[in-house]
Amino acid sequence: MALELKNAGKKVGADTHIHPTSFMFKPGSFNVLLGTTLAGKTTLMQIMAGLEKPTSGEVWFNGRNVTGVQVQKRNVSMVYQQFINYPNMSVFDNIASPLRVARLSRYEIRRRVGEMAEMMRISAMLDRRPSELSGGQQQRTAMARALVKDSHLILLDEPLANLDFKLREELRDELPKLFAERNCVVVYATTEPSEALLLGGRTAALHQGRVVDFGPTSEIYRRPSNLTSAIVFSEPPMNRASVVCKSGRIAMNKDVSWAAPKQLSPGTYTIGIRPHHVSPVRHDKSAIAVDATVKVAELSGSESIIHFDAYGNSWVSLSHGVHPFGAGAKATLFADVSHCMYFDEAGKLIDLASGRKAA
Amino acid sequence: MARITLQNLKHAYMANPQQEQDWALKEFDLEWDDGGAYALLGPSGCGKTTLLNIISGLLKPSNGKVLFDGEDVTALPPEQRKIAQVFQFPVVYDTMTVYDNLAFPLRNRGVDEATVDKRVREVAAMNDLTATLNNRASGLTADGKQKISLGRGLVRTDVNAILFDEPLTVIDPHLKFQLRSKLKELHHRVPNTMIYVTHDQTEALTFADKVVVMNVGEVVQVGTPEELFEEPHHTFVGHFIGSPGMNVLKCDISDGQAHLGGRKIATANKAGPASGLTEIGVRPEYVSFAAKGLEARIIKASDAGRFSIVEVECAGGRAKLLINEGEPVPSGTAHLSFDPKATRIYQDGWLAGRERRP
Repeated sequence: MALELKNAGKKVGADTHIHPTSFMFKPGSFNVLLGTTLAGKTTLMQIMAGLEKPTSGEVWFNGRNVTGVQVQKRNVSMVYQQFINYPNMSVFDNIASPLRVARLSRYEIRRRVGEMAEMMRISAMLDRRPSELSGGQQQRTAMARALVKDSHLILLDEPLANLDFKLREELRDELPKLFAERNCVVVYATTEPSEALLLGGRTAALHQGRVVDFGPTSEIYRRPSNLTSAIVFSEPPMNRASVVCKSGRIAMNKDVSWAAPKQLSPGTYTIGIRPHHVSPVRHDKSAIAVDATVKVAELSGSESIIHFDAYGNSWVSLSHGVHPFGAGAKATLFADVSHCMYFDEAGKLIDLASGRKAA
Repeated sequence: MARITLQNLKHAYMANPQQEQDWALKEFDLEWDDGGAYALLGPSGCGKTTLLNIISGLLKPSNGKVLFDGEDVTALPPEQRKIAQVFQFPVVYDTMTVYDNLAFPLRNRGVDEATVDKRVREVAAMNDLTATLNNRASGLTADGKQKISLGRGLVRTDVNAILFDEPLTVIDPHLKFQLRSKLKELHHRVPNTMIYVTHDQTEALTFADKVVVMNVGEVVQVGTPEELFEEPHHTFVGHFIGSPGMNVLKCDISDGQAHLGGRKIATANKAGPASGLTEIGVRPEYVSFAAKGLEARIIKASDAGRFSIVEVECAGGRAKLLINEGEPVPSGTAHLSFDPKATRIYQDGWLAGRERRP
């Protein structure tokens, strides 16, 4: 059971909400839609579910064109950021409702609801009404109901966004296990790069209604095919600077330069370097010194996040240990340029292994 | 601006509290310096909002006193406490301009227009709102509106403290960074007493000089972010702070020494008198693979970008350790080494060998 979009797009009046998009989510796959608010994640999911009809292109599921087929006829489950439960039913009945519609035996219903409640840590609440639960417990009830039936397509729209930090950490760990045995297509929308990474699977990076990258999550993180994808997949933000490659050197300005990767042809590039490769401590001989004016240093007890200006660029360093700096302090930070990504003027990643532009 | 003192504070929502669990807030004392940045951190239902409401005057505590600069304000209503508050959802008058929104708390208190204008422009400049001062607030995004809320919290000069109640919840992660660092910067410039309530450890630890960690109505530890990370006084603090949290493994004690899986484990503290539950706490950051030592079975490794989180089974429990990006992760079985300086014994949840009350 694969889900395929063929040039599916959505226009509302003169506004393009989703540019024509084509990709395939394989059977049994876990897919992440990563992008900021308004990037188009929810609209794209609604198109997949059949809640919205694309204004162009087609949606195929399991080898069948389902464009325009109503959501009720599609065996789809959805979980929204704002949880929805039946207020007059107990938590047990809320979770059991899709199984009753599917006419499962009482034994089977009790078994599945029990299993799901255990995983969502609401076993003790099964007899209560949703209104007697905390917000987090209500959301877990809504998730349990969506996940308890055997849907072909499960769409989760920022399902953990309203939950406590620690609970999110635990559920994020357990969710992928839940789908491992199933043959359904799971799509999970998030605004958080770290969440996408930990969920694994495959990631589609979204920006302004466009899928700018798609592939195995760790590959999209480590080798984004373009600068936009790199920016979408970086938190704190990706550090960028314009550089010139000439006579075997990369120059950021007249004072800061380093040996160019030999595959790089002369020209102007944008570099991207992740915050954890910039540190107040020199870890590697190849790291280059950067003169920084600190804007603010955030210390978390085990890590330091230093926001600073360097040669007109706004950069961030994320490092181990506690490194206090006052606002306005002058400092020298070290950028490990061996982890630099180089993007051409069109924003395409230069593949340093082959020297060619990434496909 | 004021120093805030909480004395023998305790609160129950029910009329006749009998047992320990009847108290929404268990008894504690706390002293907050004038101009400090503090955070109240804990999961939902831990009592942090109850405490915030007691400070702002929305709630009268069942027991104890609230003092501002030594003066008892326990009986004063909110409007007489001179507290500014910023909430989870931006509270903005959509039909007003950004300027009028910022001016509102001042005009409301009859401040003259010349002073209003001066303050509004100062605060707008601090919050990057100068260019939008004449725009209507209705067209702004969530973070734009929350910036106005922050600005309104900062605009009065006569406040004793500014309270922030989960102010970044509705903000996108990449903008959270901006607002969080903005808030930190503002605190440097306007040294008001600021109290920040959140369940998000990153927000609490990066914002505050001192963090109050709460769990089921109890203040479990008060400390600097570094203290909370390096020496958790309770396994709850170890677990709640840090991502992933501290590993907690059941252990045996003999002669004051901890033993895991029959092997003696070197620790930074000694066990106290016999207790019910004895555990070892060590953060994933201080566990590494070694040639010999405690045996462990690798369960899985998750890619977190700059490091991998490796989950193992050892001594009948589960533990996690962090392996830097690019370093190899063993498979099958391996041996673990715990850094003795960062490995501690906990008895009934509390750090062994120290007084329990924070």
